[in-house]
Amino acid sequence: MPKLTINGTEVTVDAGKTVLQACEQIGIEIPRFCYHDRLQIAGNCRMCLVEMEKSPKPIASCAMPVNEGMVIRTNTPKVKKARNGVMEFLLINHPLDCPICDQGGECDLQDQAMAYGLDRSRYTEHKRAVPDKDLGPLVETHMTRCIHCTRCIRFATDIAGVEELGTMGRGEHMEIGTYVEKALTSELSGNMIDLCPVGALNSKPYAYTARTWELVRTETIDVHDAVGSNINVNARGREVMRVLPRLNEDINEEWISDKTRFAYDGLRRGRLDQPYVRKNGKLVPATWKEALTAVAGAITGAGGGSVAAIAGDLACVESMTALKDLFDQIGSPHRDCRQDGAKLDPSVRAGYVFNTTIAGIEEADVCLLVGTNPRWEAALVNARLRKRYLRGGFLVFSIGPRLDLTFPVETLGAGPETLEGIAAGGHPFVEALSAAKRPMMILGQGALARADGSAILAAAWRIAVTCRLVRDGWNGFNVLHTAAARVGGLDIGFVPGKGGLDVGGILDGASAGKTKVVYLLGADEIDMRRLGSAFVIYQGHHGDAGANRADVILPGAAYTEKPATYVNTEGRVQQTKRVVFPPGEAREDWSIVRALSEAVGARLPYDNLSELRQRIERAHPHLAERDVAPKAAWGSFGHEGRMDQTPFRSPIDDFYMTNAICRASETMAACSALYVGNAESKTGTHG
Amino acid sequence: MLADSDRIFTNLYGEHDWRLAGARKRGDWDGTKEIMAKGQDWIIDEMKQSGLRGRGGAGFPTGMKWSFMPKKSDGRPSFLVVNADEGEPGTCKDRDMLRHDPHKLIEGCLLAGFAMRCQAAYIYIRGELIREAETLQASIDEAYGANLIGKNACGSGFDFDVYIHRGAGAYICGEEMALIESLEGKPGKPRLKPPFPAGAGVWGCPTTVNNVETIAVAPAILRRGAKWFASFGRPNNSGTKVFCISGHVNAPCNVEEAMSIPLRELIDKHAGGVRGGWDNLLAVIPGGSSTPLIPKSVCDTVLMDFDALRDVKSGLGTAAVIVMDKSTDLIRAIGRLAKFYMHESCGQCTPCREGTGWLWRVMERMAKGDARVEEIDMLLDVANEIDGHTICALGDAAAWPIQGLIRHFRPMMEDRIRTARLKPLPTAAE
Repeated sequence: MPKLTINGTEVTVDAGKTVLQACEQIGIEIPRFCYHDRLQIAGNCRMCLVEMEKSPKPIASCAMPVNEGMVIRTNTPKVKKARNGVMEFLLINHPLDCPICDQGGECDLQDQAMAYGLDRSRYTEHKRAVPDKDLGPLVETHMTRCIHCTRCIRFATDIAGVEELGTMGRGEHMEIGTYVEKALTSELSGNMIDLCPVGALNSKPYAYTARTWELVRTETIDVHDAVGSNINVNARGREVMRVLPRLNEDINEEWISDKTRFAYDGLRRGRLDQPYVRKNGKLVPATWKEALTAVAGAITGAGGGSVAAIAGDLACVESMTALKDLFDQIGSPHRDCRQDGAKLDPSVRAGYVFNTTIAGIEEADVCLLVGTNPRWEAALVNARLRKRYLRGGFLVFSIGPRLDLTFPVETLGAGPETLEGIAAGGHPFVEALSAAKRPMMILGQGALARADGSAILAAAWRIAVTCRLVRDGWNGFNVLHTAAARVGGLDIGFVPGKGGLDVGGILDGASAGKTKVVYLLGADEIDMRRLGSAFVIYQGHHGDAGANRADVILPGAAYTEKPATYVNTEGRVQQTKRVVFPPGEAREDWSIVRALSEAVGARLPYDNLSELRQRIERAHPHLAERDVAPKAAWGSFGHEGRMDQTPFRSPIDDFYMTNAICRASETMAACSALYVGNAESKTGTHG
Repeated sequence: MLADSDRIFTNLYGEHDWRLAGARKRGDWDGTKEIMAKGQDWIIDEMKQSGLRGRGGAGFPTGMKWSFMPKKSDGRPSFLVVNADEGEPGTCKDRDMLRHDPHKLIEGCLLAGFAMRCQAAYIYIRGELIREAETLQASIDEAYGANLIGKNACGSGFDFDVYIHRGAGAYICGEEMALIESLEGKPGKPRLKPPFPAGAGVWGCPTTVNNVETIAVAPAILRRGAKWFASFGRPNNSGTKVFCISGHVNAPCNVEEAMSIPLRELIDKHAGGVRGGWDNLLAVIPGGSSTPLIPKSVCDTVLMDFDALRDVKSGLGTAAVIVMDKSTDLIRAIGRLAKFYMHESCGQCTPCREGTGWLWRVMERMAKGDARVEEIDMLLDVANEIDGHTICALGDAAAWPIQGLIRHFRPMMEDRIRTARLKPLPTAAE
């Protein structure tokens, strides 16, 4: 490990680190614009210049690897002069529009101008103005503010894997852009807004809506997919103004997907803010008392055996536990949290979580994707796969439709035939998988949410065993979920009890008139026509498909409005916090079930959230361990059976429209129309 | 004055045949195989002994540069890249070598490539040099035809290819790292060093980038001996050099001379003297547009070599002597250079991108006298803020002419401003 001297202090750093990192290690701040931990080094802003002994010129500390015996000085007049100079150059063509700039208050240029700049301008010539670019509905540009650090270009090229941004022109006329103006086609494009050290790239939906210092910031987690990205939700008054990523090396690093970032406007629209009861075929506003009485009447009228519950994709552990307890009390075993009909086996936890963990992907060397498109189902898992790919020595194979994952994927086959071939050991790929040191398989919901899902799960289990995906200190068997609620639901056993019906059974029963009451806990993605004439209770926060069909609507809280527990696809237990209060009469979901239990005369034994959580933790001790991905014991799961030869398909056709919140979001609608509806390629003659 | 028998570029003026037959008559390709037989270490050692310093401007010792290349491959091939992207205003020596003496360069490529264990040489030729590229390609074809390069080059058992890559005319692509980027097909934006090209250059392989002249003189050095070459010029500045004399002289020319020749002798003997006599001289830019100018008082005595010119705070650069007599508006002239550097800045790093335009705009005003005297200090300060703070040397090159101007001609700049102030304001509709 090289030892160097910085400002007279000796410091030993790992070989391969840069001078800038060495300075940071001993607490010396080096100003920078172009340098970013997670991006390739560009060395073009020249703000990080420091003096190095024996070098006539100051060196760019961000790009200079440490060497034994280096002598670095960061506090000399020469360094100060260099920083002043670079700062001055950056500012001469930067507009003085900080008062109206969205970056104001959290701008690197502003901060560093205060620390390293001069207090007046000597520049009396004309300033440069650059036309703004249209990069689509998410990223707003103010190109005159650009300081050409190229972070956005490096992010797009390396992290997001879309080579769409670059520089054009030379010298003063250099511009960042897409050459032919087009919308960025990355599902991670919003991160460029965070990376931009100035106000050149802003959030289009957030533009001019708030000043950063007015916002109340709450650290919470995201539920738009099963990744459980850590986020920071910024609110002003009762409104969520924007969503930012929060650092979590194990999950999302410091990125979030565009859905996580921009779907928040859906939280303002189409909300259920008071109970409704259907009278004469029409939903009419009601009081909580009327609504709960109506529900209690229906449930007691039907009797335990013909009441069923389905939990949706956004349901929290607390509300599912309360509903499960209520159903136990009224004697109904008919409940399911797998609204997509996925044949997940709740008996063995290792059989339904992402055992390798998201960070663990970085250690893998071969990956087999089965019936999944991680780019749409879990954008950050895909980003991690790409990160691993960029390091080299990583092969990705897929069974399912052809995929564009921003890195090369070899498609082995389309459906169960290929999977069975590998499971039986006859497929040439078996060799590659067995020879790998750290092989992993990602089993998607596209392979499980079908009639033969259980047999496919069994075949995947056989591959895991025969190709030794599970070995000492390594578990390469992974299930990738698309819903934030799913693992939590399976963990607490929100699955059919003894003799109970699963989703398919419940819907068949409802169609046939056997299931008389169906309780939808935020379940919107089922075929509502199959509910037949059943009495439908919808508890949720958006007026989506479920509310449309409901006979009684119980308004609940969205993920930003309640402290709630979610378990991500890795089995990691995390909690949301309340950022704002639910609108109107809406209530936290577990308390609605608790109130209902009293109305049906089966009072649940907890009066507040902490009592409920204690009950959960007593019953499921692993849910008490928060923010870690617990190792799940391996076991046997799935049921061998005949497999249908229909090819696998991803459960997500439209990344931007996956749940009730997205569907209420104008931003997501614009993205969907542009990227999925191919609005871009339409011309005037397309009607 | 250099004796004709000591000239390396014997067809600099194109009086003779440039083709292989003509080149052979002038001694090119003579005993190349025998030189190669002496081995790589001998060649590099001989180059070190000769004291040859790079002819592209920076003057780095060539033998040492060659010795940085890996002696044993780690699996990656090594490459020689010849910088024929001559674009420095005032410089036109490579062009004459390419069109009149191409075989010197090709033979040099083989010997340098052999010494550095390279697999191939890429000659990156400036896009505007259309005829020169054609001539060079024809010569390369001839050399392949005569088995001088290619498989078993000159019967030495060494395989060596020579390729031409044509640039698109960007000045910045003459910077070695930008040239490498451009050669790889990317925009010509200089890369950061380290890693240096000898470690990871073109396509990540060990690479040495040399100027045309540096490579073209190598065969003569190896044939006639390091001692012969080192006998010209002062120590540490040895050899012969092609000077390009342009501007206000009676006979602008390219001429090969011994290093350390006095500037006055060079101009008087080869360029027919300054227009209107030596006393009519105002200033000289001694090494291509990027080197700071020197006033007549310095020109009277200065020697034309690396160290002497460095001592007077200028540089030998490419040895492109731009002579300016007293009719020259120096402020406008340097302002024009500032515009050139603004135009040619790649835009990658901050000081150069933002600073070169600032310099030019202030120089434009200075030329008209539309400025304040204090702004001269500001201009110098801005130039100093660019100098040494950029990724490549283009930033320095943009700053130096202005630094030189202010260093030597500040009173003239102040006068210009004061005079402009005294002029009556133009009145409308006279």
